[in-house]
Order: sequence, then structure tokens, then C-alpha cells
Amino acid sequence: MSNEIRKFEDPGLPAHVHRKTDTDPKAADRAERQVAILFVLSALSTVLAIYSYIFVKDDLFFFIPIMGDTNAHQLGLGLGMAFALLFIGLGLVHWAKTLMPDTEIIQERHEFRSPEEDRNDFVATVKEQAADAGLGRRSLIKRTLGLALGISALTPLVLLRDLGPLPKKDLETTSWKKGTRLVTDPGDRPIRPEDLEVGAVAQVLPELAVGQDRTLSDIGKDAVLLIRLRPSEFQLDAERLSWTHDGIIAFSKICSHMGCAVALYEQQTKHLLCPCHQSTFDVTRAAKVIFGPSARPLPQLAITVDAQGYLVAQQPFTESVGPSYWERSS
Amino acid sequence: MNQALRKLSKYRRHRFAGPALLIVALITLGTTFQVASALPGPSRMETTVQSTLIKEGKRIFNQGCSSCHGLNAEGSSIAPALIGVGAASVDFQVGTGRMPMADMSQQAMRKTPIYNAEQTAALAAYVASLAPGPDSINEAQIAFERDGNTAEGGQLFRTNCAMCHNFAGQGGALTRGKYAPTLMGVDAKYIYEAMITGPQSMPVFSDKTITPEEKLSIIKWIKAAENEPNLGGASLGRVGPVTEGLLVWTLGLGLLIGISVWLTAKAR
Amino acid sequence: MKKAEKIGGSVAGYIDDRTGAAKWLRKNLTKVFPDHWSFMLGEIVLYSFIILLLSGTFLTFWFDPSQRDVIYQGSYEPLQNIEMSASYASTLHISFDVRGGLLMRQIHHWAALIFMAGMIAHLMRVFFTGAFRKPREANWLIGVGLVTLGIVEGFLGYSLPDDLLSGTGIRIAEAIIQAMPVIGSYLAFFAFGGAFPGHVFIPRIFTVHVLLLPGIFLALITIHLMLVWYQKHTQYPGPGRSEKNVVGYPLMPIYMAKAGGFFFIVFGITALLGALASINPIWLYGPYNPGQISAGSQPDFYMGWLDGLVRMAPPIETHAFGHTVSWNILIPGLIIPGILFTLMALYPFIESWMTGDKKEHHLLDRPRNNPNRTAIGAMSLSFIIVVTLNGGNDIIATNFHLTINQIMWFTRIAVILVPPLVFVLTKRICLSLQRADREKVLHGRETGRLVMLPHGEFVEVHEELTAEEKFTLTQHEQPRALEVEQSDSNGVTNPNHLKQKLRARFSQAHVEQVPAPSEADVKALEEGGH
Repeated sequence: MSNEIRKFEDPGLPAHVHRKTDTDPKAADRAERQVAILFVLSALSTVLAIYSYIFVKDDLFFFIPIMGDTNAHQLGLGLGMAFALLFIGLGLVHWAKTLMPDTEIIQERHEFRSPEEDRNDFVATVKEQAADAGLGRRSLIKRTLGLALGISALTPLVLLRDLGPLPKKDLETTSWKKGTRLVTDPGDRPIRPEDLEVGAVAQVLPELAVGQDRTLSDIGKDAVLLIRLRPSEFQLDAERLSWTHDGIIAFSKICSHMGCAVALYEQQTKHLLCPCHQSTFDVTRAAKVIFGPSARPLPQLAITVDAQGYLVAQQPFTESVGPSYWERSS
Repeated sequence: MNQALRKLSKYRRHRFAGPALLIVALITLGTTFQVASALPGPSRMETTVQSTLIKEGKRIFNQGCSSCHGLNAEGSSIAPALIGVGAASVDFQVGTGRMPMADMSQQAMRKTPIYNAEQTAALAAYVASLAPGPDSINEAQIAFERDGNTAEGGQLFRTNCAMCHNFAGQGGALTRGKYAPTLMGVDAKYIYEAMITGPQSMPVFSDKTITPEEKLSIIKWIKAAENEPNLGGASLGRVGPVTEGLLVWTLGLGLLIGISVWLTAKAR
Repeated sequence: MKKAEKIGGSVAGYIDDRTGAAKWLRKNLTKVFPDHWSFMLGEIVLYSFIILLLSGTFLTFWFDPSQRDVIYQGSYEPLQNIEMSASYASTLHISFDVRGGLLMRQIHHWAALIFMAGMIAHLMRVFFTGAFRKPREANWLIGVGLVTLGIVEGFLGYSLPDDLLSGTGIRIAEAIIQAMPVIGSYLAFFAFGGAFPGHVFIPRIFTVHVLLLPGIFLALITIHLMLVWYQKHTQYPGPGRSEKNVVGYPLMPIYMAKAGGFFFIVFGITALLGALASINPIWLYGPYNPGQISAGSQPDFYMGWLDGLVRMAPPIETHAFGHTVSWNILIPGLIIPGILFTLMALYPFIESWMTGDKKEHHLLDRPRNNPNRTAIGAMSLSFIIVVTLNGGNDIIATNFHLTINQIMWFTRIAVILVPPLVFVLTKRICLSLQRADREKVLHGRETGRLVMLPHGEFVEVHEELTAEEKFTLTQHEQPRALEVEQSDSNGVTNPNHLKQKLRARFSQAHVEQVPAPSEADVKALEEGGH
């Protein structure tokens, strides 16, 4: 089998087949009427849209099967607009298909490549122009121009410097300090250990000093999940056990993978699940990763109670909370 | 008593009927008096009513529950102990049809309850009599329409509930095939009881961390979400962008390609 | 009529006196465009872009791109008196207090999804038919650029309302930026003006979303269309169609009427979706708060594959010399997408290198007639589908009673096994389709009619194909594998030996074909009797 073997010959463009509308004036008239009807329907739809906009109250609902209770204002306006547009389009296409000439036309293509002569001329011209400009000889100009252009691109980069501050210690620190009370989110109420039954969870934040405000950036690092288990269920080393209080253990709620709030706590299995990428952490083993893409346990917050019997942090977090970054040391 | 007997007769062909009856006979005799006398009774009359209820509960428990939860609700390898779970837990589990469980391999699902209200109350009374626990809730106690605040409830819901039950209470996946069920169409009192008892995978939400008023607000928000008409058209299940993407590839692009085929087809 | 003609004439004359446009226009008004439904996919994209510009402009009249804290006082009861950002509050305002605002928001979002879906469908059409070949490589590159920018533009768009779902998306994007070695945390702090989420990100991406990227889109789309215009459209093979011509309908009037009509149809369908189906109900998501999350947090579909990849990544991080490299983020979030898009962009050049084909191509391939390319495309598509499935694993799990762990493990294995399998299968299928074509040309079409021969045997009547059909089924090229010189005449091994060998191997794979029958084959068959 090779290319030389004669292929089937091209029989050429098939003969043009006339449409009904080309041969039968009645069919053409019918098509014209159909197009006109479509355009009239479009106009009526616009009326529906404007009517709905002005006269249909936006608290009017009615029941439509499958869709449920539906807003009449939104539906009238939307359907009116949709059909106004659709019918114009359908009318135009129907018009084009049935009444505009539909004979296929053949146009020639030409190769894009310029004739050899032109190409050579072009190269010669460019070379000549380069020589005229002295690009070949005056290398000092070339080099300094290159330098100037290259270095001038630095200005816009430098100008972007003030987009934000340097990270400094920001990623490593949170608002938790020794003795910071744990308060409910939302509500800001301090919590006593006895407030939590075994199996209970609480979403907590650090207590605010008077006059202090809490920003979303604070919550993005400070959010903590408090869980109470039976103390016997823990499988922790001595240090981590000393970070718990009476079966209550606290973890950063900001996922060690990509920073979503890890708060799906399964009371029976003692698993914490992140809904974003399904990293699963075992609460009894200091939030060890047992499934999913996260590579690190959730940071544990050491807690104890203060003199009034409220839960407080023993110390700040001992590691950075949230997703990893280059400067993170562990 | 007559009525109870009639109900009892309904279960006599149950596969546990034989052993259960024997157990009932033995244990009722042995424990009724003990339990009744151990209860702190405000008045003689109420104590009697209560003890009858407990007796009845014990009877039902032995028939329908004890094979898994143990004769004294002490639990077994396949089912947890029920001592101290309280009446609220029983009311939730039995009232929503989750218990008794038909298929142990699956998570207990909401289904038509097997026991009626009185039987459920009896069971609850019995389990509550074993050790103190959260009391069951009656509709009158949860005047969420009056005492709740929808917007606050939404805040609380998004912080405490949405991670499992989804932003609109439609439910969601947990690990290893477990799931958080939808909250749509659940009675307010069962939502309340679930929060205070922590059924199945769900943790407990203590009254101190989420106050009873806040719980009512959460319920009010859930009910508002449930009753919210579809403001923007078909809801697509309120599960986020997945169904939106599905719709655009099927209906959206499907329609457009269909019209393209018509548009480019030769008219006859 | 006469008067109108006169006025029209003098206006046209005025313009032509000053531009000489008449000559150019006369030529181009009769420019021929081939007709095929798959050529409309690109138009869908173009028109949804225009819809996006129109609806987007409408939305900017009320949208307040600011992360300043406000207390919501609008008409949506369940968020009354809640503290939120101005951008979220103004999106609520558009949805509930501007008549038609919700409709426009939904049209804008549906148009964005159609824009992306249309681009992907258009890209597949161009790929599978080989329309990217010389001289259209540049347009392919622009197309890949548009898809990439489309993903970014879409992501920024759904991030603007600052709701709980989109905030979660930004959180993840921030984690990807932060994970970049050396510069990550600096880039993140510059982008967000400090710690996440800060209060400058929404205004910044607003400018990018409504000005910078649409501007680039407009420029790229213009070049894309000018190239299509200048290079003339490709066409499917068929009788009367060759590399040297283009067969179709003239721009005026029929093509313009159809294209113009199709614009209204695309707009109409988008408005229909906007009227009937809810999209991105941000009032249900609530305002963003980093301490909150919803079950089933997913991105829009065109980011789903990325999310699926991130979900299935193995939990690997390197901690050394006081530094951390998060492979679990870098590989699925930057490295694999980078490789995929680079390969996609370079594919026309890769294919040309493999086949040694440097000719111009204006006739499209039927996908079956280029089994290797079709198999590569199907393989890539299967990869994307598998990872996208994993991106929705939680929704799939709850709806089909599976576990997320099962789906995760299934897709982790499938993402390695399925693409090669799909490659092999697709190639086999293409070759059997070619074989079927050959049979049809040689023996005619099966009619299903049975006839009893005089000696009692039943045979099925085969109907001979028309000359047009025979031509269409046999006109494709029969490429030959590259011959590679292993050593020169002096026996010195080619220094590029390995590269050449590899190329020869690729070339061989690429030319695997069922030979198209020729007239000689038919003759031989007739002489053989039957």
C-alpha cells in the first residue's frame, strides 16, 4: 500500500438540491409567515418581561412541579427576556435557512508561504536596515540598550512592593497567650470544663481584651475546636496528655493542609474530617492524619483552667497553625 | 393495661417473642419494685403513674431493644450502653424511627417509627430511670418561633452545623460511608434532642456553649431555610456547584448543540 | 426605496473616499464559511463572552467591591443585622433589592459556565479533528491561553461576592500561593495585603476581573478571529472539498443571519437558565468567616479537576534545614497543572515533530483516521474526568451510598490505570472503525434484506455506496512512518541516536492505520469473483 495507488476520485460537489421554498411560492409564503410569527412572539415576550418588571410583586410565589415554590416576578421577567431573545434568534435562523439563497460556493485557498523571491527580498531588506542602523558594528549601543531595557522592567516590580507587608512572624503567631480564656464562637462566653459533657464539642476563640476587636484575619488563625472525650480514650504521650484538661482537648480548627475549617467531628469514631479535601484526623492520637492529603496533625492547644475555673490556654500554640509555607521549620 | 396487652399481642409472633417473654416475666418481677422505690417521687399519685410507665417501657425494651443493648441496657459489642443517655436520646432515636435498627451494617436512618408516641414515652421513661440524662423535649418547650432569632441562628448554624449538614441543612458525607442526614422535614423537637444528646456520629452541643435560646434560634433558621421558596428558580438540590456544572453540560450545552445541529442542517 | 438607496449610496461613497473600504468589503462580504454544527461551538464561546460583558457591566452598577464591614439591613430576612463585607451585602442588594438583579446575576454566572464548557468543547473539536495543524498553531496557542485565563477569570468572578463558599475557595488558593518554595509567604502577603483574608483582596481582584482580564480576552479573541478570517476556516472532507478550496455559504446574507440569530439563541438559552435554575445562591452560604465551613464545599466545574487532584494527593511534605516543601499541594496544585497545560499548548509542535508533517492542512481529520491523536485526546479526557469525579466525591458518596474513602482510593488508582487503558481502547476502536469503513467501501452497506439464492443459500443484500460516500471514506492521507538514519554512511552512529529512535517509534505509532481501499482494491475484488 503506498500513496501512489490511485484513490477514489473526487466526484465533485453534489448537485444543488432545491428546497421546497425555492420551488413552491406557497411554501415560501408559509416560511415567511412562520418567521413573522416568531418575531411577534418575541415582541410579546418582551411585553411579558416589562409587565413582570413593573407589575408583578417580588413576594408573589406559586408552585410549579419539579421547581417547587417559584418567584413570579423573577420567572416572568426571566422567561420574558429569554423568549424575546430566543424567538428573534430562531426567526433569524429560520429565515436564513428557508428563504436566503443556500447554494454552496467554492472559494480557492492559496498557500500562505510567500514566493521564494519575496522571502529573499525580505531577508535582504531586513539585513540592509540592520546594517544602516549600525546594529552589527556598534555593539556598545546594543549592550547598553539591552541593559537599560532589562533593568527598566524592575521598576514596575519594585512598585508592587507596597502591595502588602512582609510576613515576618505573622504566620507563626496567633492571639493565644498563656492564660487566654477560651470563649464560645459566636457568643464570647467563657467555658468551664463542666459545661461540656463527654462527646460534646465547642467552637471557640480567644477572649478579647476590652476595647479590642476581632478581625477575620484573627479568626483565620485563632479558631479552635474543643472536644471532650473520656480521659481513658486518649492515646497521647505524657506531654500532650498534660495539654488536655479532664478529657477536654483543643485543636486548631484551621486545616494543616489548606486552611479550611476542620470541624466535622464524629463523636463515635473520634475522627475529625475536613470537608474541603477530606483529610481525616484522629482526635485520640493528637489529631494524627489517618486519611487524605494533609501531611501534618492539627496543632494542639495546651489548655488548663484558671482560678475562676474557666478554661484557658496554658501557652501559645507551639507551632504555626494553618497550611504549610517555605519558612515553616517543622 | 388492656391496651398495652393488645399491643403486646401484636408482637407475639416476633422472633424474639419467646425469649423476650421469658425475660419480661423474670425481670419485671425482680426489678419493678426496686426501680419504683428508687425513684424520687413528688407525690404518690405521680410516682404510681411513672412506675407503670417505666414498667411498660421495660417490657417494650426487653422485647425490642435488649437483644442488642443488653438486658439491663448495659450495652454489648454491637450496641452502646443506654445507661445515662436520658429520655431525650430515646425519644430522638425511637421517635425518628432510627431505633430499632433494621440493618446493623448501615448508619441508622430516619424512617417510619415502629413504636407509637406512648410506647416511645414508656421506653424513654424506662431508660431515664436507669440513670439521669437529658430529659425529652415536648413541643411546648420549644417555642422557637417566639424565642428564636433567625439571623443569629444562621450564624450559629454556619459555625456549628453547616460543616456536616451543609450550608442549607441538606446533609453531607462523613468518613467511611457515614453521613450527616438532611435536616429538612425534621420536627423541631428532634433537632433539639439531637443537639443535646449527640446521636450516632453527631457530637453533643452543651447548653452552656450553645444556650437553649441559641438552640431555638438554630431551629428557627433551619425552619426558615426549609420553608424558603426557591428565589432564583429550581434549587438544584442546594448542594453547591456540582449540580450547576452537571446542568450546564447536559441541559445548557445540550440545548445549544441541538440548536447548532438544526441551524447547520440543510433545509428541505 | 429609491431615496433610501440614494442616501445609503452617498454615505458609503463618503466612507470609501476616505478609506477605500469598498474593495476590501466587497471581497469579504462574500467570504465563504463552511457549515457544520461543531463549528458553532466557538461561536457559543464568543457569544457568551459578549453576554458576560453585558450582564457584568449591569452588575457593576450596584456591586461594591469592598471588604469594609457593614451591618446588613436589606430585605433578606435571615441575614438581618448580620455583620458582613460590603461586597457580600451589595451582592445581596443586587439579588433582592434590584429588580432583575438576581436574574442578571444568574445569567452572568450561567454564561460563565457556558463560556467555559463551550471553550472546552471547542478545544476538543479542534483537537480531535486536527484543526490545530499548520498553519493554525498560533491560534491553538491563543486558545490554550484563553482557556487558562478563563479558569482564572471564572475563579475570580465567583470569589467576588465574598460568601462562605467563595471565601473557602480563596483560602485554598492562598494556601497554594503560600506553598510555593522560597517566595510563597511573601507572594501571599503581597496579594492579600497581609495575613489572610485581610481587607484588600476583593477590591484588587475586582479590578483584575472587570478590567485587566476582560481586556486581555478582548485582545486575544480579536486576534483569534482575525486569524480565522485571514486563514479561512477549515472544513470537513467530502466531495468537492479539498486542501485547495473552501466550500460553504457566503458571509452575507446567510452566514450573518445565522450567526446573528445564534447570538440571540445563546443569549436566550442563558436567560432561560437564569430564569429557571438557581445558581450560586450566596444568601444561603452566608458571609465568609474563616472559622466556618459547609459540607460539600466545591469549586465551579472548571476548577473541579484541580480540587479532585488536590484531594487525591498523597500526604507528603518535606521538612529539612528549617524549611518546608508541601508536595501534597505543589504537585497537584501547580506541577501537574503546569505540565498538563504546557503539553497541551505544545501539542501541535509535538505532533508535527513525531510525524515529520510540515504541510499545510485545511481539511479536517475524521477522528478515527488519526487513531493515535484521538487516543491521546481520549486519554487526557479520561484523566480529567477521573480527577473531576474525585473533586465531587462527597456529593457522589451521599447520593450513591458510597464512601468518600472508596471513591478516593478508586480514583487514586484509576487516575494511573484508566488513561493508558483508554488510550489502547480508543486506538483499537478507531482502527476497527477504519476497518468498517473499508468493508463498506469494498462490499457496500449492509441493508438487512435477505435474499435466497437459487441453491437455497441466504445472503444479505449489500448496497453499493455512492461515489460521494466512497470518496469521503477514502480520501484521507495514508502517512508513512519516518525513516530514521541510525548511522551515517561511514558507520558513525548518529549523535542524536536515542532521540531519533524515539521519534521513529512515535512516528510508527502515529501512522498505524487500516489501509484505505483504492479503486485497484475494488477491481481486484471484482476479478476474484463474488
